[in-house]
Amino acid sequence: MIDLFRKKVNNYPDYWLEYENSFKKKPIEDLNLARFVVLDTETTGFDYLNDRILCIGALSLVDKNIALNQSLELFLKQEHYNAESAKIHGILKDGGASRISESAAMEELLRFLNNSIIVAHHAIFDITMINRALERNGLPRLKNKVLDTSNLYKKTLLNSNVFKKKEHYSLDELAEKYDISKKDRHTALGDAYITAIAFLKIRSRLKGKGQLRVKDLLKMG
Amino acid sequence: MKNTISHRVADFLKNFPPFNVLGPTDLETLAEEITIVYKEKDSVIFAENDEPHPYFYVVNKGAVALKKGSDRSNLDMCDEGDIFGLRPLMAQENYKMSAKAHEESILYAIPINIFKPYAQKNIAVGNFLIESFASNTRNPYSKSHRGKLYDEVSDMNPVAPDTHVLDLQSVKYSKKLVTCSATTSAKTIAKRMTEKKVGAMLVVKDKMPIGIITDKDLRNNIVTGKYPITTKAQEIMVSPVITYNKHLTITQAQMAMMKSNISHLCITKDGTPNSKAIGILSKHDVMVALGNNPAVLIKAINRAKKIKSIKQIRKSITHLLQDYLDQNIPIKLTTKIISELNDACVKQIIKLSLEEMPTMPPVKFAWLALGSQGRSEQLLQTDQDNAMVFENVPEDKLIETTDYFLKLSKLINKGLFDIGYDYCPAEMMASNPNWCLSLDEWKKTISHWIINPGTDEVLLSSIFFDYNITYGDVNLVNELSEHIFETTKKYPIFYLHLASGALQNPSPTGFFRQLLVEEDGEHKDSFDLKRRALMPLTDAARVLILSHSVKSINSTAERFEKLAELEPNNEEIFMACSYATRALLKFRTKHGLLHNDSGRYIAIDKLTKEEKIKLKRTFKTIKEIQELVSIRFKVSNLLR
Repeated sequence: MIDLFRKKVNNYPDYWLEYENSFKKKPIEDLNLARFVVLDTETTGFDYLNDRILCIGALSLVDKNIALNQSLELFLKQEHYNAESAKIHGILKDGGASRISESAAMEELLRFLNNSIIVAHHAIFDITMINRALERNGLPRLKNKVLDTSNLYKKTLLNSNVFKKKEHYSLDELAEKYDISKKDRHTALGDAYITAIAFLKIRSRLKGKGQLRVKDLLKMG
Repeated sequence: MKNTISHRVADFLKNFPPFNVLGPTDLETLAEEITIVYKEKDSVIFAENDEPHPYFYVVNKGAVALKKGSDRSNLDMCDEGDIFGLRPLMAQENYKMSAKAHEESILYAIPINIFKPYAQKNIAVGNFLIESFASNTRNPYSKSHRGKLYDEVSDMNPVAPDTHVLDLQSVKYSKKLVTCSATTSAKTIAKRMTEKKVGAMLVVKDKMPIGIITDKDLRNNIVTGKYPITTKAQEIMVSPVITYNKHLTITQAQMAMMKSNISHLCITKDGTPNSKAIGILSKHDVMVALGNNPAVLIKAINRAKKIKSIKQIRKSITHLLQDYLDQNIPIKLTTKIISELNDACVKQIIKLSLEEMPTMPPVKFAWLALGSQGRSEQLLQTDQDNAMVFENVPEDKLIETTDYFLKLSKLINKGLFDIGYDYCPAEMMASNPNWCLSLDEWKKTISHWIINPGTDEVLLSSIFFDYNITYGDVNLVNELSEHIFETTKKYPIFYLHLASGALQNPSPTGFFRQLLVEEDGEHKDSFDLKRRALMPLTDAARVLILSHSVKSINSTAERFEKLAELEPNNEEIFMACSYATRALLKFRTKHGLLHNDSGRYIAIDKLTKEEKIKLKRTFKTIKEIQELVSIRFKVSNLLR
């Protein structure tokens, strides 16, 4: 069994091994030193099985700083196309930006991610879409820890009987609440930016209970 | 790497000097190397004598205060589009000032090594830098030259207080000119002046000012019957026009107006009457710049066309408040004036929001301020609490009507947020469908609270029942108040619950009369002035005044005064309460201004002995009024 496992590992490309190796390092507990990757995907639809990723946008966040020369914006070539969803994200099947194959996109994404903590809004969707894409290219699932701004946001809200929390809060609601410009909404990187700023604002509002650690955030969402 | 966000950054920068002179390609390249920095309120960006960062900063959102030395007053306030922290990088020296986020802020950090070549290569950029550095040295007190580089000036003299600095500041004139030609009739002029809400009309020929007609000229020449209403502008205009260039300071403007005994100056391109008129400066503009007169501020608020300008005026209101407190003006008067001003701001925001709506409101409505704003006790900006009530409509129209008012409320809530009122964490705002109801729906809700007074219902009523109409139809509100009085009379048990709610605030002092502080959380070891001292008084006043069916007195202090009048035998304690409320409010405001927060939490160890005694004196009164409430409404019968 162990042999079988080993053998399988050896079949993976170098970039996957590098990615996997990065997790051997001890995770950073200090919130200001840890690297977060805030990401968002635009897809052809909401079906995990049939729909495909069209665009991935990701920003790197360290110590409340987002360095723009360390961001990722990937447009993917996909056979599957859905005219309905194109109305939302505006990505045409053969649109202008240069496109790369799904497998090339996964390589770039993994190289960008390493062992960072992923932050996304309704993260389960983006993560599942990415995992499906990895699977199609013969790779295992993502190993990163994940934070969902939708869950974290709920933690900032008042616990009171006089006001009912909603089950889900949309990115639009967060942007309005925190006065983040909705320019570039529904582009992967634009949404990632809104998520990143919302994440920072949520963090500063959660601080109430003493020094916040990475561990505390992971517990919350 | 070029991407959506760097594009967005470039799009922002292109509006501000010196980036506006860079070409789009250069700007894109620069934007790709930028780091976006998030700063919490009050966090330090750099401290005095720190080694320079490899970046300088541009404010994208929020505000940054520059300070020097131990002096608490700000040397400079940078907001959107302003650059700071560049000079030490150019001069290769340490920071001479500290920079701190005055509000929650987003900054763009621009690497100096990327920017420097542009400054050297591009003459316009270089000139801009030289000019702003030079002008800063010439005038170290420059407080707000938008687009200039706020920066570190050595050999700083003791920093003068704000009002003095204003004298050296260039004045903000109105750039929207209202003009006519020499042949326009007096009637048309008067009509347009009314329309544009201005006090003077500039008469121009080839864009150059040839004369001016003010309200006074119209009165003296037309209304007196000296000239007919059809008279041409050239007959009655005053000429020549006194002109200046745009670098005129406030003091210069004041002196010019006094010298020639006029109320308007014309700003022209080169300062002479022979160049293009670019703006007009009225006595009113000068007064606004001085910003120390409530009447002027009210006028400025009512004239504001943009929410952004109201935000500016709110800064002047805060200055005014500080001045009043410094001069020890009675808090009763201070509260009145500041509340009026705050009220005017909200009203103007509602007016602007109404203009933004595609159609007129389908029925009458009223905007209610709740909580401290409703009680006219809000001196500092806190969270917003508000509600919307509209006229009853037929069943089939209800959804549509509610929809309209929800949309309107959303605009108003956003407007209030933009001028500094944070969103209510419990969503008690008119944009929440539960707080935007027709009159009948409100009556139903209120009846429900009064008839089923559980903890939540009592809490909700205690917030809602201090409502005060800010805007709209007063009859709607009166009907609502009548309904409350009728229902509470039918269900007197509600008083008991409201009273017990009023007694549930934690005690301010412990067994040894020491001040009790918060034991954990963000405000550990500070004293919660609102919950432990102000709220017991507010809650007591509310239940007592409600039991007397007195409406339209909302302020706690005034409620106690009214109670003293209604119950002469208890006059002494009620007057003491009234006094204590005002004292505590003043206390809170002073601390809030000092720390740029709501003043709710007081650091006990920072208080002077005298302040502690003052604070404790009010607690005796709080205890007495709580006993009175407890006995009167027989609260002891109920589980407390």
